[in-house]
Amino acid sequence: MEKVTYRELRSTPKVWGFLILCAAFVAAAGLSVLYIEAHGHIVTGMNNQIVWGLPHVFAIFLIIAASGALNVSSIGSVFGKKPYKPVARLANVLAVALLMGGLAVLVLDLGRPDRLVMAMYTYNFTSIFAWNILLYTGFMGVVAIYLYTLMTRGMDPRFLKAAALLAFVWRLVLTTGTGSIFGWLVARTPYDSAIMPPMFIAMSFSFGMAMFMLVMSLTTAITNRVYTTELRVRQARLLGVFVAAAMYFVIAHHLSNMYLAKKSAYESWILLGGGIYTKLFWIGQVLIGGIIPMLLLFQPRIEAKRGAVLLAALLVVLGGLAQVYVIVVGGQAYPLDIFPGFEVSSSFNDGVINSYTPTLLELALGFGGIALALLITGLGMKFLRIVPDNLTDDTANAPMPAE
Amino acid sequence: MRKLLVSVLMLAALLASPGFAEGLLPDIPKAMGEPHPEGNEWWRVNHPALLMHSRDQTVIEGIRDVDASIKTCVACHAVEGPDAAPVTYESPKHICRACHDYVAVKIDCFQCHNSRPEEADWAAVLPSLGGTPESLRAYLERISQ
Amino acid sequence: MIIPTTEKGAEISRRDLLKKGGAMATVTLAPGVTLMAFGGQASADGLKKGARWGLLIDAGKCPEDCSACVTACSNEHGWKNNGLDTDPQWIRKVTLREKATGRENSLPVMCQHCDEPPCVDVCPTGASMKRADGIVLVNRHICIGCRYCMMACPFKARSFVAEEVTDQRTTTPRGNGTVEACNMCVHKIDRGDGTTACVEACQATGNNAMIFGDLNDPESDIAKAVSTYASMELRADLGLGLGVRYQNV
Repeated sequence: MEKVTYRELRSTPKVWGFLILCAAFVAAAGLSVLYIEAHGHIVTGMNNQIVWGLPHVFAIFLIIAASGALNVSSIGSVFGKKPYKPVARLANVLAVALLMGGLAVLVLDLGRPDRLVMAMYTYNFTSIFAWNILLYTGFMGVVAIYLYTLMTRGMDPRFLKAAALLAFVWRLVLTTGTGSIFGWLVARTPYDSAIMPPMFIAMSFSFGMAMFMLVMSLTTAITNRVYTTELRVRQARLLGVFVAAAMYFVIAHHLSNMYLAKKSAYESWILLGGGIYTKLFWIGQVLIGGIIPMLLLFQPRIEAKRGAVLLAALLVVLGGLAQVYVIVVGGQAYPLDIFPGFEVSSSFNDGVINSYTPTLLELALGFGGIALALLITGLGMKFLRIVPDNLTDDTANAPMPAE
Repeated sequence: MRKLLVSVLMLAALLASPGFAEGLLPDIPKAMGEPHPEGNEWWRVNHPALLMHSRDQTVIEGIRDVDASIKTCVACHAVEGPDAAPVTYESPKHICRACHDYVAVKIDCFQCHNSRPEEADWAAVLPSLGGTPESLRAYLERISQ
Repeated sequence: MIIPTTEKGAEISRRDLLKKGGAMATVTLAPGVTLMAFGGQASADGLKKGARWGLLIDAGKCPEDCSACVTACSNEHGWKNNGLDTDPQWIRKVTLREKATGRENSLPVMCQHCDEPPCVDVCPTGASMKRADGIVLVNRHICIGCRYCMMACPFKARSFVAEEVTDQRTTTPRGNGTVEACNMCVHKIDRGDGTTACVEACQATGNNAMIFGDLNDPESDIAKAVSTYASMELRADLGLGLGVRYQNV
């Protein structure tokens, strides 16, 4: 059997067309940011009740998906699953790109993005946000080292394994940090739970795998590379397991909330009477993002059903966005219980469900984050040797260059 | 090559002429009180660091009588606009813009701070103008000559 | 417009001052003439060591139709509530109705100035801070506008400035893209007023529903009141140790 070879993408109109499309979305996001900067956040739908809106939904989705995308390479390098090894390089680049896309959105939505450098020289160590700055930048560094060990000819496999293990542990810590942003908000009924970090980790497995499968499908569709059947089948089955795991945490969270009298009002709101959030939960998160993908992915003879697998991955992403929306925006829409046992009213929306109508500006910024992630990944594939060139269903088990 | 040399020399001569240099330098408005004992050069160099230090003293330690309070700077260095009220940072005549436009250094102080004094700030400045209204009058007469 | 002076009867009109000051504003100066000194070294003023500033609010004395404290705060600090969801509200009147009994009540809610403020814990830059005298405030110089403090605050005390602000009160700098909240009139405390705008306004109405003072000073009115009569903290279950206490909720 011949060895797996990697080659940069050829300069075809399809490749350039895709990159230009991504760049256009990034430019639109840039214009949107300039507009918000010039006028203040008053031009967005965000307000003093819904302080984090659509940009944060996209940003958090991308950051969660980033650590999940890295899993695709961890499965090969840490857990030794051979069919994953040829795509490890791509998974690393995708992971960093998704993180960059998410962070860009997060940073550009700040009230004072011009002062971002403040976050580097005035630092509050009790803030999980501040810790995340280190975890995110460190993630990029660790993944870069991991990628270096993957791409260097004759690299000692022990170094590769060590780098891969470090990256895997780092990503678990990173997603724990992201989940803790919400889990440690004691005052808000919808958050305030230690289940948030593990739930975010399960979500990351699922979102990241789905994003990888979509990118891999797109890449192989516009080039002459091959998404091997073995890899696709393995990833499809594993995605189904990840979706189930994420749903398990969601069920556990809601069940334990329902059991607590002080949280039962919130549960009956989000599960039954929460309007758009209830719809997004049942139709978006549970049906589109959970049940349908599982039905698609666990069906027999999946190897022959490329379309079903692709659709499932797409639905997981859409359902994932719905889930993050329910968590981030729905969690803020539910009123704070400042006076337990009282009905309250005020000029500051006390005691009422807060409303949020996202504007096109926020949507443009969010899409810009996804586009930036895809643009970075595309440029990575264009200029780095990260996508296998000679992979076919026959050579999928060929030995790796580093072995 | 010779042409270049000639034009460089001409430019140098132009720059060296006093009238030209005056037009290029910033038009710095006079303040109301006595000159800083440290001298203007010293303040030009040190005012950013001083303001930074003083702002932390005020916000964190509650110290209001600081070496460089932006409120006092703005009160004492206020520049009258066409409506006889002090100009804001919107005007290029504002004390801070007079120099900062010239050196092309952007400041964001006045996104939060008012660039004009309130009446109470004038009262606060008064004692530091030598302590008495007489000395203020004397000062105003001196500078109006 | 008059500039008050320390000398008896000596007054200079501000307009005169400005006219003379402005006349020479157009004069181009040689270096070394313009700037002036304003006093010597920073003196040893600053926050009161060992103090714990607090408010005591008696909901029983707070009529539902009175919002003098809210108006006073708005004037003192220059924030305006025009009814938009993006408008800041440093203090707000909340109407309560006890679910079990139907008893109605009204009280003002502002930053509760926690001993263990969640907003300070979560702030990535340390802009959200607690002074040594217990006042919780935002150091806008290093606030990046991430709004995590607003997510963390159990009392919805904070607002985000969502548009450009002009003509601020010079005692309360505030601007676009930063978070703000009640700062317990820190400028008034530092200059020794011994009260806040809301408390002054409340006393002026005759309702006397609010007391300001140093909870750590056993001789202060507030310390005597809380040690004599029952008072409570909002969300006491969170264990945050609030500087604002309520009676007759």
